Amino acid sequence: MTGRLRPPEDPGGEEERLRAAMPPGEPGPTRDLPAGAPGARPPAAPSPAPPGAAPPPAPRPVLRPPRLPRWSLAALLTGSLAVGTAAGLICRLSSHLQWGLIAAAVFVAATFGLTARVEGRRRAADRLAALLVWACFAVAVLPLAALVGETVARGAPGVDGYFLTHSMNGVLSWQHGGGVYHALLGTLEQVLLASLLALPVGLLTAVYLVEYGRGRLAAVVTFFVDVMAGIPSIVAGLFVLSLWITILDLGYSGLAGSLALALLMTPIVVRSTEEMLRLVPNELREAALALGVPKWRTTLRVVLPTCAGGIATGVMLALARIAGETAPILLLVFGTNMINRDPFHGAQSSLPLYVYEQWSFGTEPAYERAWAAALVLIALVMLLNLLARALARWKGPRPGP
Amino acid sequence: MGRNSATVGRRLGAAVLVSGALALTGCGTDDNSGLPGALDFTEENLRCGPEGALLASGSSAQANAMEVWVNTYQASCPGGQVTYKATGSGAGVQEFLQGTTAFAGSDSVLSEEEIAESRSVCADGGRAVHLPLVAGPIAVGYHLPGVEDLMLDAPTMARIFDSGITRWNDPAIAALNPHARLPDLPITPFHRSDGSGTTDNFTAYLHAAAPEAWRHAPGKTWRGRGGQSADGSSNLVGMVKRYEGAISYFELSYAHRNGISTARLDTGAGSPVAATVTAASRALSGARPGGGDLALTLDYATHEAGRYPIVLVTYEILCDRGNRPGSLEQVRAFLRYAAGDAGQRALAGIDYAPIPAATIQQVRRRVDALA
Amino acid sequence: MNATTQRHPGGASRRAARLGDRIFAGLAKGSGITLLLTMAAVAVFLTVRATLALREDEGNFLTTFEWRTGGEDPEFGIAVLLFGTAASSLIAMLLAVPVAVGIALFLTHYAPRRLAAPIAWLVDLLAAVPSIVYGLWGALYLVPRLTGCYEWLDGAFGWTGVLSYAGAPARSLMTVGILLAVMILPIVTSVTREVFRQTPRATQEAALALGATRWEVVRMTVLPFGRSGIVSASMLGLGRALGETMAVATVLSPSFLIHASLLDSGGGTFAQNIASQFKEADTAGRDALIASGLVLFLLTLLVNGAARLIIARRREYAGAAL
Repeated sequence: MTGRLRPPEDPGGEEERLRAAMPPGEPGPTRDLPAGAPGARPPAAPSPAPPGAAPPPAPRPVLRPPRLPRWSLAALLTGSLAVGTAAGLICRLSSHLQWGLIAAAVFVAATFGLTARVEGRRRAADRLAALLVWACFAVAVLPLAALVGETVARGAPGVDGYFLTHSMNGVLSWQHGGGVYHALLGTLEQVLLASLLALPVGLLTAVYLVEYGRGRLAAVVTFFVDVMAGIPSIVAGLFVLSLWITILDLGYSGLAGSLALALLMTPIVVRSTEEMLRLVPNELREAALALGVPKWRTTLRVVLPTCAGGIATGVMLALARIAGETAPILLLVFGTNMINRDPFHGAQSSLPLYVYEQWSFGTEPAYERAWAAALVLIALVMLLNLLARALARWKGPRPGP
Repeated sequence: MGRNSATVGRRLGAAVLVSGALALTGCGTDDNSGLPGALDFTEENLRCGPEGALLASGSSAQANAMEVWVNTYQASCPGGQVTYKATGSGAGVQEFLQGTTAFAGSDSVLSEEEIAESRSVCADGGRAVHLPLVAGPIAVGYHLPGVEDLMLDAPTMARIFDSGITRWNDPAIAALNPHARLPDLPITPFHRSDGSGTTDNFTAYLHAAAPEAWRHAPGKTWRGRGGQSADGSSNLVGMVKRYEGAISYFELSYAHRNGISTARLDTGAGSPVAATVTAASRALSGARPGGGDLALTLDYATHEAGRYPIVLVTYEILCDRGNRPGSLEQVRAFLRYAAGDAGQRALAGIDYAPIPAATIQQVRRRVDALA
Repeated sequence: MNATTQRHPGGASRRAARLGDRIFAGLAKGSGITLLLTMAAVAVFLTVRATLALREDEGNFLTTFEWRTGGEDPEFGIAVLLFGTAASSLIAMLLAVPVAVGIALFLTHYAPRRLAAPIAWLVDLLAAVPSIVYGLWGALYLVPRLTGCYEWLDGAFGWTGVLSYAGAPARSLMTVGILLAVMILPIVTSVTREVFRQTPRATQEAALALGATRWEVVRMTVLPFGRSGIVSASMLGLGRALGETMAVATVLSPSFLIHASLLDSGGGTFAQNIASQFKEADTAGRDALIASGLVLFLLTLLVNGAARLIIARRREYAGAAL
């Protein structure tokens, strides 16, 4: 995600590999084209493969290679659909999926065969690859569209002002109605608390690693940040449960949930902030130091503001990530139907937990609430993501003078 | 591009902050009484405890009863908050023994070790006791379009749940249901994946009534072969509701709330008996508390007419002495209501059986004596 | 440094600067150490508890097909969990990675521009959808619809034994794998796309200039350039799949058995087992769950470490840090 902000560097050895892959005797690729100006998106340069795959400009005396006419693909498609239907009818296949698969197989084979005959093997391979890539796209769009479509279609009717401003108090699991307010409030409070815990530590650690960190300690911290990033969320939850609730006996609360969330959030913040701080050019630091500005002021006033947008983006993405965490929350906040504004005492709810609870109730009205809450949850996470993107666009890191 | 978009950004950020702050400070409410079809939970003569929050968890068999009781208590006692989480009997007992909840709901009686363990949670030399508050029939719910009143007997049921009978048109089922048009569908028996008192009671019944067909020892953990599993009674209900050919066991209350057909039982008494509150109450009338505690012993292998033998009694488990002082008064107030006339009366509307009068009198005395 | 400060007159401000520097550096170092200590505490705690559990275990921790933690002689082992976690994650990888590479290629090299930009944006947003939503969708939408698909698989490949299907609701490891594939698809796609986009234009244009077809450009420039990126993106996805809890818990029918067929319901994964067992586990039971969690932790660490190594070997790509 952050890779976009970094100018692509030149990979070594690419040229050699390419030359080796090309038929011998042909001139190797030249490297006089710029690899893209740093920081800026490449201007509307001719895309490497314009749609329609026009063949590369041929030498003047036109000897056009034989090509399939444009209508041939449509004809092939119709033909293979017919074959699929016919095969389905003859073999009495009940599943239309099978008809479709037969048709698709016939279409791919026929396209490949025909192109190979008329235009040559290389073109046939090209066509096949294009077909496969389009197929991948189609295959992937199906479930993802179904996910979004289903959530919106089943969730949207349930989301209204009432749903957003009421708790589940006084609503039995098999009744309609009720709302998500207590859960939304719980999520907001827990995420806020978690970021209050994780942000200072995360940001300062990143500053330490980039600005001060030398030697053994920095290496160890880097390693442990990596390790920490690998904690599965449920294990983090289990840790807090055993320590905070069972051993220290501090009880279920929103705070217990935020502790686990903070544990998950810190490494994400450290890593993304570190990444951003390293993008700040050293000249900037040196210039400030040369003017006699002490290092801490340089860091606070020059380095951090320069990449504030990038850091904020990372933080927002981390927030979005932990706002949807269910597993540790399930272990730690107990869940309740009433509004509990105090995250430090007593059971709280949270949006992901609410979705899970309502799903577990197994009744139709509860399923409806689960879908609606899932939609609210997605909206919340999307909002954080969009905010992150907006920040990245407005205040993205700009290379120094 | 900088300045203009930056101000827009600031404004957007401010808008988000403001709406977030609004959400945090206040426009939400706990008052759902304005809903169409909302029930009026307020109860006139409820003696409220002090304000505060109470946590409890456990049996999902009594979850529906708890939902009604909790909502009534909360509606009648402003400032009183009771949260009951239906995590299953096994989990409820564990959480109680670890001291994180005020009481546990369980359909199974505690084991000797668990009672010994409870002494470390209960102060003042107290120990965990059982207070039976709800009873009810365990229904065998199924999803089979076109078959309205399925009849089963214990051996057939045991073989179905042990994956001995795998299709609905099996001769054993057909012999019991000569008039039903049984489809050629695979049977999917669903059982609880968590430790459950419902499982305990159900397998105890199978073991008692069909010892030949069901050789597994009864217990909170399912020991049968095959089938699928799900967490909590409510999830089992969801499964049966969604999948054709499914069969499972849960409190009658769940079946009725979700419109699931339940099987009638051939107990060998001549006429089959349906899972109803009355039939369960008759079976319960034979149950007697034993051994100084109020844990009831049930006769699962009954052949008497009109008695539905698969019943469970679900208990609240808490310390007789040495409950946490912070929550004691509230626990007492809540249980006093639940064990009182009003609480027991509320059960009939949601397909639970009230506890027999002699026993509930003792329960009330114990609740008053809690310390 | 010394030279710069010496030139400055005014000892007071210099001292203030020094003090500020020391405080700030101390703060930064302090939070680094805090983080270190936290992590060390987590590690020590988990290891100690896990060791306690392993000492109690009557069965073999690696090979026992049982999870009985309460009572006199606890017997538990991770064989089923290890198999379930590995099988479902592998299915997810097999399904998701090729498709993700395909979409990434589609978005960077095949799709019309007007289509590519919004789709890329959408894929990135989908990568942020919480897993509980995938779980809900999987349980209520996907599982009922997979039955027909599995029947067909049984008809075509049932003879292999691995893909035979008896007809129960499709709450099996295969379903988990499919759901996880859908879940990690956007993540793997968006990372892979970033890598493909950074293929140097020069090499691509050179290939085109030599008369390469579009596929040849992809095969000779984009794929070799992005190979390590694909691997590290897959590792990222694998890490997610291994630790996923809720999406598995809602879809799988948990049991402590390994079926020959991936389509038969039952099985379990590390994370799902923790989520469903923790609440009824006593202290010893929680220790046992912690032990299994530690194994999962090590697995994830291994995968992340491999991803890091691969990324480190190719510095031009920096996007997988998240």
